[in-house]
Amino acid sequence: MVSDNALLHIEKIREDFPILHQKINGQPLVYLDNAASTQKPRLVLDAITDYYQTINSNIHRGVHLLSQKATDAYELSREKVRAHLNAEKAHEIIFTRGVTESINLVASSLGKGLIKKGDEILISALEHHSNIVPWQFLCAQSGAILKVIPMNEKGELLLEAYRSLLSDKTKFVAINHVSNALGTVNPVKEMIAQAHDVGAWVLIDGAQSVPHMPVDVQALDADFYTFSAHKIYGPTGIGALYGKEHLLELLPPYQGGGEMISTVTFEESTYAGLPHKFEAGTPNIEAGVVLGTAIDYVHALGLENIAAYEQELLRYAHQKMSAFEGMEFYGTAQHKASVISFNLKGIHPYDVGVILDKLGIAVRTGHHCAQPIMDFYNIPGTIRASFAFYNTKEEVEILLKGLAKARAMLS
Amino acid sequence: MSTISKIQEEIIDEFSLFDDWMGRYEYLIELGKSLPLIDEQYKTEENIIKGCQSRVWLHAENDGQKVIYTADSDAILTKGLIALMIRVLSHHTPEEIVKADMDFVDKIGLKEHLSPTRANGLLSMIKQMKYYALAMQAK
Repeated sequence: MVSDNALLHIEKIREDFPILHQKINGQPLVYLDNAASTQKPRLVLDAITDYYQTINSNIHRGVHLLSQKATDAYELSREKVRAHLNAEKAHEIIFTRGVTESINLVASSLGKGLIKKGDEILISALEHHSNIVPWQFLCAQSGAILKVIPMNEKGELLLEAYRSLLSDKTKFVAINHVSNALGTVNPVKEMIAQAHDVGAWVLIDGAQSVPHMPVDVQALDADFYTFSAHKIYGPTGIGALYGKEHLLELLPPYQGGGEMISTVTFEESTYAGLPHKFEAGTPNIEAGVVLGTAIDYVHALGLENIAAYEQELLRYAHQKMSAFEGMEFYGTAQHKASVISFNLKGIHPYDVGVILDKLGIAVRTGHHCAQPIMDFYNIPGTIRASFAFYNTKEEVEILLKGLAKARAMLS
Repeated sequence: MSTISKIQEEIIDEFSLFDDWMGRYEYLIELGKSLPLIDEQYKTEENIIKGCQSRVWLHAENDGQKVIYTADSDAILTKGLIALMIRVLSHHTPEEIVKADMDFVDKIGLKEHLSPTRANGLLSMIKQMKYYALAMQAK
C-alpha cells in the first residue's frame, strides 16, 4: 500500500513516528506541513525522557557526576552537529534557540562596531521574515543600507543582478539555502564565492536545507550557517549557528550572563572562549542533547537517500498536481526542495486549508512568513504542501482527492 | 425584529439539519455567497479587521437607534461566518449587542473557529462588532 523506495523502507520508517498514526477530524492524518515543523521519531521522544530520568543537571560547572554526564552528552551533541555540517572544529558550533536567534545573534553582534554607516547588506527577495527583520534592525541602528537581490517569476534569484549589487561597500550577504515559501534551492556556493571576491561575509539560513540534503560548510566556504532542530526531527527551542573560528573570535558577545564569562568584577568582565562566549545562561540542555539523537536518526537513514526519495515525491506530486484543473503553482525553479506552493484558481487559500483540515490533511496556508514573496506575485498567500521522508505517494493522492473536494465545495 | 437570542435559536435549528461537517460547511458557504454586498467605499484599509488570514472589511452604521453592519471577505468561509454574525447582531441596539452572548457558534458545530489560534479571527470579528456598538453607545 504505502509507496516504497529502493533505498528507504517507508512503511517501516512511519512506524518510528507515533504521531502519524492518529485520526484528525475522523480521518487518518496526512501531515504535509514539514517545512513548518517536522514530526519526531520515537528515538527522539525516548531520548527526551531518558535525559530527565538519568542525567538531568546543569552543565559545565558542576563537579558532581550527573553534571559531568550532562555536560558530556551536550558536548557530544555539539560534535554531532559539527560532523553533520562538516565544520572543522566543534567550538565553531554555537547552540542557539534556532535560526531566528542565530541570525539575531550575528546581526546584533555585527552592530557592535563591525558594520558602519554607508556599508551595504544584501538579502534576497526569497527570505523569511527572520532573515529580513534582524538586518533592518542592524541598518536602522548603524546607518547601513539593506539591498535586495531580486528574483524572477519562477522564484529563482537573478544572479546577474546579484553580481551588480556586489561592491566594495557590501559587507554582508544573508540568504537562505532553500526558500521556505517556494522551495527554491539557491546556488549558495557560487554566491558565497562572489561575495568573498568583494570581501563580504556570508550567512546562510539553512532551516530548509539541513533536514533535506547533505550540507558541507567547508565545501560551501560559508562564513556562517544556521539551522533549527525542530525542522530536522528534533525538539523545538534549539538550533545551531556555525561560524568560522576567526569570525566568531572577532564578533563581540551577543548576550551577557553566566557561562559566557571568564572573570567578572563590578568594573569589568572578560569573556569565555568559543563556543561559550555566545552561550549565556543555562541553555536548553535536554533539547541540545536530543538534537544529537535526531541527527543520528537522520544519518541512519542516510541524507543522500532522504534527498533522493523526497525528490521522487516532489516529482510525483508536481506531475499529478499539474494535471489538476485550476492549479496555479508559485515557485517553479529548476532546483527545488520538496515544497509545493500553489493556489486553486479563484479560491482563497484559507478556504482550501480549512476544508483540507476537515479531511485530516495538514498543509500551511498564508504568507509563510515571507510577505514580500506574496507581494511579488500579488496574492494574499498560497497553500503549501511540504514533504518529508515519511510521506508517501498515497498521501499525495489523498491530497489531490482533498483538493478536488475543496474545489467542488468552494467554487 | 426578533431578539438576538431568538435569532441564535433559529440558526441552531437550521444547522441541526446537517449531520456532518460537509453539510454545515456547504451551508456556511451558501450564507457567504448570500451576504449582501458592502458599499465599495467602506472597503478601506482602516475597516480591515486585524488578525485574520483572509481579509475582512467591516462597516457599522447607526440609524439613530440600531446598529447596522455590512461586511465582506476575500475568503468564502470567512464570509459565511461573518454573514452569521451580521444576521445575529445587525439591527439591534448597541446595548443588546454589547451584552450579547455568542455561544451559539459552539452549538452549531463551528467551535473550532472560536479558538484564538484560528487564523480567520472570528473572535476578532465579534470583538470589533461589539467595539463599534460600544462606541455608539457612548455617544
